[in-house]
Amino acid sequence: MSDYLIATLLIIGGLFIFVGSFGLLKLPDFYTRLHAPTKATTLGIGAVLMASVAATAARDGSFSVHEIVISLFLFITAPVSANMLAKAALHKKVPMRENTRNRELQKVMAEQKAPDGQ
Amino acid sequence: MAKVFNKLLPMPMHSLMLLIVWLLLNDFSVGHLVLGSFLAWLIPVLTFPYVDDQSKARKPVKIVVYFLRLVRDIIQSNIEVALRVMYPNRTLQPGIVAYPLSMKAEFPLTVLASSVSLTPGTVSVEFSDDRRWLYIHVLHLQDEQKLISEIRQRYEKPLREIFSC
Repeated sequence: MSDYLIATLLIIGGLFIFVGSFGLLKLPDFYTRLHAPTKATTLGIGAVLMASVAATAARDGSFSVHEIVISLFLFITAPVSANMLAKAALHKKVPMRENTRNRELQKVMAEQKAPDGQ
Repeated sequence: MAKVFNKLLPMPMHSLMLLIVWLLLNDFSVGHLVLGSFLAWLIPVLTFPYVDDQSKARKPVKIVVYFLRLVRDIIQSNIEVALRVMYPNRTLQPGIVAYPLSMKAEFPLTVLASSVSLTPGTVSVEFSDDRRWLYIHVLHLQDEQKLISEIRQRYEKPLREIFSC
């Protein structure tokens, strides 16, 4: 029984991680690419870690907390790295895709000003 | 007496958290309890001089509610982003949103920006110098006003209640 649960969790996790990596390859510009791997993978890794918890519980009959701590750290650090990448791209003036809405804001963003340039 | 206590244990909650995390990461034993306690005492003493005054969160129930809502949002929008990634690129409508902030304290803003980045489809990119605007890059922007009011209702309002700012 527990095998089915573990397998399902692993498949879900694998799917999300795959979509994350696929998005990294396929999306049109740097900023949109940033979304796929930093995001789709949080849930993917979460599912894999849950599978690990279930597997440990099924094998030893004990509840392993390491995975919970790992996902907690992941939740705390993932947004920081995404933000750093976005900031770096912004200040390096990496261009955004043509049809990006409010594209003209890129300049005021980089100068850390209000949208009206104040 | 209180002064001595403050010097010896400047951040008691931090110490407790450090000890708990240390014991969770290592299997419990008396040796780890001693080592963990030592580190839980040493690290706050060393880092305390560099810590700025920070907003205090005093509403444990609201924090739990906020956390659960965040987890729910992460799962839901994860699925949305995964589907969005599979659609052809030409249907994609990325965008930048200038989000008008209504609070200024540093730590709540960090939590808000992290929450925005954690929910898939949005990454917080930069604050304006005067801390009145948060710039967000959105993977697929349909309704700017709706996104702004959603962030306001779901994240900023609860955060202002939690940190009472």
